[in-house]
Amino acid sequence: MLQPINVSLESLNLITLAPMLVAIAGGLIILILDLINEKLHKSLYVMLTILILVIDFGATLGLNVNERGFFDVMLIDGISIVSQLLIIVASIIFTPLALTSKRFHEYSYPEFFALFLFMVAGFQFMVASDNLILIFVGLETASLSLYTLIALHNRSNSYEAAVKYFTMGALAAGFFAMGSAVIYALTGSVELYRVADILAARMNEADLMIAIFGSSVLLLVAFAFKLSLFPFHTWAPDVYEGASAPLAGYMSVVPKVAAFVVSIRIFGMYIDMGIEWVRVVILVLAVLTMTLANIMALVQEDVKRMLAYSSISHAGFIIAALALDTTEGTTAIFFYYALFMFTNLGAFTMLWISRHKVRRFDARFDHPYEKFAGFIKIMPVGAVIMAIFMLSLAGVPPFSIFWGKIYVMQAAVNSGYVWLAIIMGLNSAIAAYYYLKLIVYMFLKEPVKDVDTVYYNLSKPLMAVIGMAALATIGAIFYVQPLVSYIYYMISASGY
Amino acid sequence: MENILSILVFFPAIAGLLGFVVDKDSARAYGITVAAIEFLLSIWLWFSFDTANAGMQFVELIPLIPDFGISYYLGVDGISLFIIIMATLMTLIGMMSMSITENIKNMIITLLFLEMTMVGVFVALDAIIFYLFWELSLVPMLYIIGAWGGPLRVYASVKFFLYTFMGSLIMLVGMLFVAYVYHNLTGVWSFAITDWYALVLPVSYQLWLFAAFFIGFAIKVPMFPFHTWLPYAHGQAPTIGSVILAAVLLKMGTYGFVRFSLPMFPDAAVMAITPIAAISIIMIIYTAMVAYAQKDMKQVIAYSSVSHMGIIMLGIFAMNAEGISGSVFQMLSHGIVSGALFMLVGVIYDRRHTKLMSEFGGLASVMPKYAVIFGIMLMASVGLPLTIGFVGEFLVLLGFYQVSPVMTVLAGTSIIIGAIYMLSVYKSSFFGPVTNEENKKLKDLDRKEIWSLIPLVLIVVWLGIYPKPVLAPIDNSVKAMLSFMDEKAITKEAKDMIRVSKTTLNRGEVK
Repeated sequence: MLQPINVSLESLNLITLAPMLVAIAGGLIILILDLINEKLHKSLYVMLTILILVIDFGATLGLNVNERGFFDVMLIDGISIVSQLLIIVASIIFTPLALTSKRFHEYSYPEFFALFLFMVAGFQFMVASDNLILIFVGLETASLSLYTLIALHNRSNSYEAAVKYFTMGALAAGFFAMGSAVIYALTGSVELYRVADILAARMNEADLMIAIFGSSVLLLVAFAFKLSLFPFHTWAPDVYEGASAPLAGYMSVVPKVAAFVVSIRIFGMYIDMGIEWVRVVILVLAVLTMTLANIMALVQEDVKRMLAYSSISHAGFIIAALALDTTEGTTAIFFYYALFMFTNLGAFTMLWISRHKVRRFDARFDHPYEKFAGFIKIMPVGAVIMAIFMLSLAGVPPFSIFWGKIYVMQAAVNSGYVWLAIIMGLNSAIAAYYYLKLIVYMFLKEPVKDVDTVYYNLSKPLMAVIGMAALATIGAIFYVQPLVSYIYYMISASGY
Repeated sequence: MENILSILVFFPAIAGLLGFVVDKDSARAYGITVAAIEFLLSIWLWFSFDTANAGMQFVELIPLIPDFGISYYLGVDGISLFIIIMATLMTLIGMMSMSITENIKNMIITLLFLEMTMVGVFVALDAIIFYLFWELSLVPMLYIIGAWGGPLRVYASVKFFLYTFMGSLIMLVGMLFVAYVYHNLTGVWSFAITDWYALVLPVSYQLWLFAAFFIGFAIKVPMFPFHTWLPYAHGQAPTIGSVILAAVLLKMGTYGFVRFSLPMFPDAAVMAITPIAAISIIMIIYTAMVAYAQKDMKQVIAYSSVSHMGIIMLGIFAMNAEGISGSVFQMLSHGIVSGALFMLVGVIYDRRHTKLMSEFGGLASVMPKYAVIFGIMLMASVGLPLTIGFVGEFLVLLGFYQVSPVMTVLAGTSIIIGAIYMLSVYKSSFFGPVTNEENKKLKDLDRKEIWSLIPLVLIVVWLGIYPKPVLAPIDNSVKAMLSFMDEKAITKEAKDMIRVSKTTLNRGEVK
């Protein structure tokens, strides 16, 4: 007869699961609410989602650093707390974008919000574990929800985007599974801390390197898809274009933060073991990604596609920080995304308020540059704010992303990669051109048509969101210090 | 008022923000009033400035981001004091003489923000704060050129922006590296320039860092061969844009050399004397020749402006008190004179909507006042004794003579070539019979134009005859900087080079 397994409840440390459970329970509450009364307005669901995320935020903030739980599957270290907080804050600030003045199809379904919360829980699982299987489960939960959310936008190119993203995502998931399988075959474990120990003990074996090579190439491909690194970035512009602007903005931050956390755990481990070529490959990918994405962004005719390429380029910028594998480099990743989040939120919200149901300006694109021509004459404050977002993305001080850029560049210089810092600098100069292009259209050109309704979708909540994003972008200099010292403390507390 | 520098920096910015509320028709008066107050504040700064003290004064230090070592650190010394006053003066005069009527409110607000960044660059003592204002100054200028400029305005403004932006990013990497070295040596992060001065760097580091800063500054100056953005920017910019660009923005580059490159990398700077002098001389002679070949009056002044910037560069790298003080003085004189010349070209452009010299001729008989002021400014630009242009140019050449007599002679040809092209402009536009019918009924300067030009004429003559009140504080700070560089230099050549200057300084007392 089998012995019954005795597990004491304390040893499970269930509190580590609390944040995800809050999100999942919240999603279920929303579904039940819909079951009871199906005539509820979307504003209720939006506010409910925000409230649930606020509780989630509180639960995450209350976690102790460096704890394990639930059969040691959950890992609550500094990275996982910082990244969960980032994910939740981003989710909170992107949710009110549903409150547009015009009615958009997807927000009339409460399922949208339930899926959204499930997705957040998925991302939280993904970052709060070093078990390859749980990471996989979290990744898939989040990704499948995200594909559905994109498709809910109910336009032909949204379906195209969702299917494209799904296919690519499935491929990436396959690569991830195969990479994990190789790791398991090598070490007999899927828990990264054990993997690291076993591999470190076997480093002198001759054939091991080939196996490690296999696993890291497979995993690198998987995460290159998720992080949209060259040459696996081609899905990004199409998906961003098909998705609604809030989701596109969301996709440029949250899934990438989650994927970065897993990359730090896996590739950071390899680099720590002294496998130098992993670092070299990542650096090469970083340089290629930022440069080529910048060059592609130069020739885009649509602002949203331009922003998509710009997000790719920013991801390339940040993956370089990962390759440094120093505390500063890792801090830089989260610091950069924390700043990037607000600016990108602002930029994509500006696209969202100028969104029309039909394409008025161009048969192919929703947001061609011409749409913003003479914006300064139509809506001076809006144009100035949009220009500030663009300047921030270009890295002009004192706007938020500049501080992220110098932090990344300083981290590169400190690790002896001065050439990398120079390439980053030159890339920022290339990037400035396409951000300037939008500013040129907004400020220096005449409006193309009589467009009284460019800011068609505007509503008070959206104005509040833009105002907040603008404040966070302009006033960055005042909160950089506490932000960076908090992140640095958390990262160094968990030994990265 | 110990915090007068903060007030100087932020007063125009706050005024610019409030300017959004001011009615369109009153915007111009608002702008001029604000600029006048700002100018008076800068004059107050001069009066409360202790001319005997060569160090930094009115220092303000508030830590902003201690983890990065970035602080809000301002201060002013003899070198920056007068550039600040010149910046506020030229903004005021530029606004007074402005003839733009379209979108005037946006222009005023933009100019006020630009004024903030200009003052900010010259008072910043923290490298990141310096960089912040340096980059921010590009944005208003982009808008001024792009929105009010000529037919190629968008191209010119974007070229201006990207060129400078790229150079300064390289400079930023240099700054980050200096901070890294500082951290390695002291264990503290700091971007304060005064802290960096204390760093004694190995020569190889100095050379690389000098090169990184050089790219940032040289594009701004602009030095040959990075000067190609300037003729476009000047050619397309509206008058006010050209005035501010020539008078103040270009000085940021040369000021950067004096503030950063020389005291931080004395050995590298001494090694760079010959190449930089060669580039400067090419710049002086080549652009002067190009200026002679221009048909457009504004382009002549734009190229002559590049040529004069060559003189300033030469003086900075003379590595002695005459040269550097002369350079700083020449920055002021170039600012006032070329600013005035651009305004004068603007005057005729407003009347005829052309700047081609072939369209003019005999203007002296139609517009006598205009011709007189133009003549004075032109002479000052060429460097006629008893005008402001002479003092700086003479000191620079005197200073560089101690380095290399041959090169000084070559650079001295700039006065001759300058006289040739300037006088030929004057001859073909102002003398002779009035050939073009349209020119016969041109009106002479109106009240607004006279009131904005007369102060500049007075300054040109006053500082030409009696430069001491300005030159003495400059010289004081420059000498302090040089003796500091001498102590800091590690190679023998650098010590010799800088020491030479000190001995001549005692003998000379040319002023």
